[in-house]
Amino acid sequence: MTAATATPLLSVRGVKTYYGNIIALKGVDVDIKEGEIVTLIGANGAGKSTLMMTICGSPQAREGRVTFAGRDITRLPTHDIMRLRIAQSPEGRRIFPRMTVYENLQMGAAMEGGTHFAEDLERMFELFPRLKERIGQRGGTLSGGEQQMLAIARALMSRPRLLLLDEPSLGLAPLVVRQIFDAIRMLNETEGLTVFLVEQNAYHALKLAHRGYVMVNGLITMSGTGADLLARPEVRAAYLEGGH
Amino acid sequence: MDIFLQQLINGLTLGSIYGLIAIGYTMVFGIIGMVNFAHGDVFMVSAFIGLICVLLLTTVIGISSIFLILAITLVVAMVFTGLVSWAIERVAYRPLRGSFRLAPMISAIGMSIFLSNFVQVAQGPRNKPLPPMVPDVIVLMERNGYQVTLAYKQIIIMAVTAGLLFGFWWLVQKTPLGRAQRACEQDRKMAALLGINVDRTISLTFVIGAALAAVAGVMYLMYYGVVNFADGFVPGVKAFTAAVLGGIGSLPGAVLGGLLIGLIETFWSAYFSIEYKDVAAFSILVVVLIFMPQGLLGRPEVEKV
Repeated sequence: MTAATATPLLSVRGVKTYYGNIIALKGVDVDIKEGEIVTLIGANGAGKSTLMMTICGSPQAREGRVTFAGRDITRLPTHDIMRLRIAQSPEGRRIFPRMTVYENLQMGAAMEGGTHFAEDLERMFELFPRLKERIGQRGGTLSGGEQQMLAIARALMSRPRLLLLDEPSLGLAPLVVRQIFDAIRMLNETEGLTVFLVEQNAYHALKLAHRGYVMVNGLITMSGTGADLLARPEVRAAYLEGGH
Repeated sequence: MDIFLQQLINGLTLGSIYGLIAIGYTMVFGIIGMVNFAHGDVFMVSAFIGLICVLLLTTVIGISSIFLILAITLVVAMVFTGLVSWAIERVAYRPLRGSFRLAPMISAIGMSIFLSNFVQVAQGPRNKPLPPMVPDVIVLMERNGYQVTLAYKQIIIMAVTAGLLFGFWWLVQKTPLGRAQRACEQDRKMAALLGINVDRTISLTFVIGAALAAVAGVMYLMYYGVVNFADGFVPGVKAFTAAVLGGIGSLPGAVLGGLLIGLIETFWSAYFSIEYKDVAAFSILVVVLIFMPQGLLGRPEVEKV
C-alpha cells in the first residue's frame, strides 16, 4: 500500500440514505486512504451506486457524516463537493450524447480552469488511444467500451484527488475490461491516484484493489484486503463461484 | 412579383422578431422541460422598458442621434428584462423544481397574468404610441404605381437579429458557459457531477432568453411604433408556435420556425385575408403537433445510451 496516512482522505460514517421513504443505505462506514484502490462489491440493488452518489451529495445522506480531506461535505451541494476535486465516472456512463468526445472532455476539465487542458488531453490519448480517433464524434455514437473510456477520461480531466468509478466493466468485452483495469492500476502506481471502485465483477475488482468492502442490502457486511476477501469462502460462494 | 417581394421583406422582418422570442421558449424547454408561458409577457415588458428608455433619452436627456438612442435602449432593455426574467425564475419556478411536471407551467401562466396586469395598472390600458423613430424607406422598384420598399427599420431589425444570432451561436457553441448550458440540457445530474452549478446555469438560460426577447421587444416597438399591455400574448404564442414548428429544444429550429411563421403570416395576409392571419399561424401549431411533433429540426427521440 502506498502512502497510507493516518487520517483517511474520505470517510463515511453511519450514513443512511433514503429514496422517499425507502431506506437504501442503513448506516454505512467506509474509509479510503490517500493512494489506495478500494473496491466495493455486492449484488445488484445492494446500494453500491447509492453510496457513490451519496458521497457526491445527490441524494444527500439523511443521517451520518461524509468527510473529505478533513472537511464535512455531507450537506454541500453536489457541484461544490466535486470542486473539492472528487470525480465520478457514474453508473451508466452518462456521456453527453450530443456533444463531441472533445467537448465531453472539455466538460471534464470545466472546474479545472483549462490551464492544463492540452497536456491532460495528451495523457488521455496515451491512456485510451481510441479516444483520439473518435475526437470529433458525438458521444452518443460511441460504442459501450468507448463510452466507458470517455467517462473515465472525462473524470480524470479534472485532476481528481479521489476517483469514484461505478461499474466500469459493465457490459464490456473482457479485453476492454482488462484495458480499463490496467489503466486504473497504472494511474494508481505512477501518480498515486486514489480510487474507489464499485464492481459486480468481484474477481477482477478484488485482484486490483488494496482493500475491499462487501455490501449486502444497504449494509457493509465484510471488509479486508483484496487478497483476504478473495480467499474467504463466503465471498467465493456469493460472488465468485459459477463464473465471474 | 412586386407584391411577393414586398411581402417577403415584411415577412422576414416579422419572422426575425418571432425567432428571437422563440429562442427563449426553446432554451428553457430544453433545459428544464417546461413551457415558460410568461415569456411572451416578458417580451411585452421589454417593449415598455424600451419605450420608457427612449422617452427618457429623447425628452429628458435630449439625445438626438437615433442610432445612439437605439443602442442605449437595446442595452438597457436587455439588462432590465434579464433581471425581470431572473427574478421570475427565482420566485416562481425554482421553488417548484422537483415538484410535479405541471406545477411550474401553472406558475408560469400565473406569472404571465401578473405581468400583463401589472403593466396595465402601472402604465394604463391604452396603446402607448411612440413617434416614428426611423421613418426613411428605400424604394427598391416601382411599377404601375406600386412601390416595393425596404424601410431602414426593417434593415435594422434584420441586421441586429443576424448579428445577435451569430453572437448567441458563438456563446452556446464555443464558450464554457454555453457548454455548461448544453451539458445541463442533456444531463443535469452529470453536469452537477462535473462541478457545474446547475441552478446558476438555469438562471443564466432565463436571462439569455429574456435578453433576446428584449431585443425583439425594442424592435417590435420601433417597427409598429405602439405597444400595449396585452401585446405579449399573441406574439408570445406565435413565437411558441415557431419553436414547436422548428422542433422544440432546437436553437436553429427556433430561428427557422420564427422566419417561417413570419412569412406564412404575411403572405396569408397579403393573398388571402388579413382577418384570419392568426388563424393561419395557429393552424400550423395544430398541424405540426399532430403530424410532425418533433418539428422541422427537432431530434428524433432515438439515442444510443
